[in-house]
Amino acid sequence: MDTFIQLTINGFTLGSVYALIALGYSLVYGILKLLNFAHGDVFMVGSFIGFGALQLLGGSTDPKVPTWLLLVLITLAAMAGCALLGVAIERFAYRPLRNAPRIAPLISALGVSFFLAYSMQLMFGSEQRDYDAFSLSGGALFFNGFTIGNVRVPLLRIVIVASAFALMIVLWLLVTRTRMGKAMRATSHDREAASMMGIDVDRVIVFAFVLGSALAGAAGVMFALRAPTDVAIGFLAGLKGFTAAVIGGIGSIPGAMAGGLILGFAEAFTQGYISTRWSDLLVFVILIFFMLFRPQGMFGKPEIKKV
Amino acid sequence: MDDNETRRERIEEAVPAASATAGPRIGQDEWVARSAEHRGGRGGWMGVLEARLQTVPWWAWLILFVAVVAALPVGFESGYVRRVAFDTVIFMLLALGLNVVVGWGGLLDLGYVAFYGVGAYTYAILSADRYDLHLPVFVSIPVAAVVGGLVGLLVGLPSRRLVGDYLAIVTLFFFQIFLTVSNNSESILGDDLAGGPNGILNVQPLSLFGRELPVSHEGIFNVAYLYVALAFFVVVFVALRFANASRTGRAWRSLREDSLAAELMGMPVNWLKLTAFAFGAGVAALTGTLVTALNGSVFPQTFEFPLLITVYTMVILGGAGSQAGVVIGAIGISVLLEVLREPGDSRFLFYALVVLGLAGTLRFSRRLAVVLGGTLLLGFVVHTLADAIDGSWTAGAASGGGRLGEWANEWVVVPGDLAGWITPVSYIGLVAAVLTLTLVRGRTRLALLVPTLYLAAFVWENVMLARPEPTRFVVLGAILIAVMIARPEGVLGEKRVEIV
Repeated sequence: MDTFIQLTINGFTLGSVYALIALGYSLVYGILKLLNFAHGDVFMVGSFIGFGALQLLGGSTDPKVPTWLLLVLITLAAMAGCALLGVAIERFAYRPLRNAPRIAPLISALGVSFFLAYSMQLMFGSEQRDYDAFSLSGGALFFNGFTIGNVRVPLLRIVIVASAFALMIVLWLLVTRTRMGKAMRATSHDREAASMMGIDVDRVIVFAFVLGSALAGAAGVMFALRAPTDVAIGFLAGLKGFTAAVIGGIGSIPGAMAGGLILGFAEAFTQGYISTRWSDLLVFVILIFFMLFRPQGMFGKPEIKKV
Repeated sequence: MDDNETRRERIEEAVPAASATAGPRIGQDEWVARSAEHRGGRGGWMGVLEARLQTVPWWAWLILFVAVVAALPVGFESGYVRRVAFDTVIFMLLALGLNVVVGWGGLLDLGYVAFYGVGAYTYAILSADRYDLHLPVFVSIPVAAVVGGLVGLLVGLPSRRLVGDYLAIVTLFFFQIFLTVSNNSESILGDDLAGGPNGILNVQPLSLFGRELPVSHEGIFNVAYLYVALAFFVVVFVALRFANASRTGRAWRSLREDSLAAELMGMPVNWLKLTAFAFGAGVAALTGTLVTALNGSVFPQTFEFPLLITVYTMVILGGAGSQAGVVIGAIGISVLLEVLREPGDSRFLFYALVVLGLAGTLRFSRRLAVVLGGTLLLGFVVHTLADAIDGSWTAGAASGGGRLGEWANEWVVVPGDLAGWITPVSYIGLVAAVLTLTLVRGRTRLALLVPTLYLAAFVWENVMLARPEPTRFVVLGAILIAVMIARPEGVLGEKRVEIV
């Protein structure tokens, strides 16, 4: 039972990180119908920006600001940096190919992903970077928290899950309650018609990239708070984020959250009960299952083609 | 070796009387066929030369090319050149296979390298000491190719119901699964099947007509392997060329142009996708057998993501859809990656490409002189100033050396001790400057070009030459993006004609 609770907590943390990545895929795919392969690498860059900000603020053993402010600041830095990166990627790698055949932006996206990963390796090497969250205020993030049965839920996990959900709720409100959100939904529904109704489609697309990349940046920091990061994490994280988006129904925000959580649980339980080696295989099986029997995902609507 | 249709078009263009009677061929849209006429050819002696070259049949080019490659070992004694030539032929085979899927089928297959691995592992299992099967190569190589093709069919099956992007993801996952399985193959069901990360060792080399081909001959690379690879290349090239000219080949291309329309025309779209997939996978697997036979071993680390991107860059740069194009792309990228390994050579390549690129875009005009002169002047001024302020700023030695290196040392600031922040700041600054250059026009662009060039030289000398490994892949990624945006048809590909 204790193992089960422990794995549920792990799954929840991992799942909320995947959900944040999945939201970025979903937002961009919903509007551009483009699979942004570079998204996983934006997530990786986010974890590095967070690390840089942490060093600037004095490192985790001797920070210049209180712990809560430190966490907020490094997350904001990563979100801002990634948003900028997302805008640049959209402007220079995807926008010129807006009307090209479907395969062209995909190949460009592959190039961006590769370019980002190896640029980071060129600049920072392939060594692991550890946030050393354990040293923050003398391990308070790990020793505090509450217990379920015999299992302690550390404060750090609560913070990660809570802030991930807070970000998702903010996104949800942005998309459903604001004018920009309405424009996004309209563009996602029919880009041409939206532009005829006076919606600045370019701005909407840039906005989607800003939101998605900022979420990926936050996810990068959360990921790196619980495990060391390096330049190679983007690839697998991106794949899993995409899988989460497909499971939930690509283009749907609650779907991306649900998909991320399912994937997080699936991974945590395979790692706990079977083997860490085969957890990626399970993710693949889930993806194939959904693609074969419910390609529109849990929350999506089936795509109907009109000729 | 251009595509049959284009060449015929251009001949018809050169001989207007013929085109008036002939009309477009089966499977070709008239408007598209005539789009070449609207573009117009080059004038002057260049135009005449171009028209003459167009009339040379593809097999003549192929024979010429094979003869040149076959003569390479005669001119170069060194085992290194022969090994690079062999690797390049391997890349050409891989690019030809990927061209079937991406160039003709228009499908994004991101699991391509896994099929290469399937072929390599199949061959290893059939002929390594550890399994003691030792099948003759005339059995094991075809078996490996067929196994690769069948696995391709299997992976393609779930994608029958999927469109476009989902296919990319399924294949990418298949790639990941291949890596997971091959890396953990020592613990599947408790049995050591394929050695896991240690791979399979002691694979027997090729043996033809009862004679074994040793991997090295008198201490250097056995040139027989180059000829075997070349023979494979010719067979694959010709076979694929005929496949492309067949009914199936035309159907593949219709799939690429508009799969929905193709389906409405009654084409078995799913079956076509699967065959394109299987053809590509088969070629990849075939290539895998050769490499395994030469290396005498196979490891999961060989089949990583960078290899996939390398082959993609070859196909995209050369021109997806054109066989001659992807071969040229494979040669170009393969040689480029070799050159980038060695700082002295890659420095030479860098400065040569910068000067040639400038001459190509600005022509031989006053602007070219201004830009080159301005950059040189800026370099000397910056170098002198840095030297005067603090001697240690210019105390470093450029890596690689050579005469060009000494010259670069006099001109580019190479600090003796590179502070940690300089690397990311200068590199990100360079990327930002290059991106800005694409946005501005006219005089602003010329003015911005000068500091950008100097910054590029600084980054090249200080950052990129110091770390050749990531540099090679950064260059590949940049080529991929730049080609996609500036010239999506690649060097020799056919320009896409849209009918709206």
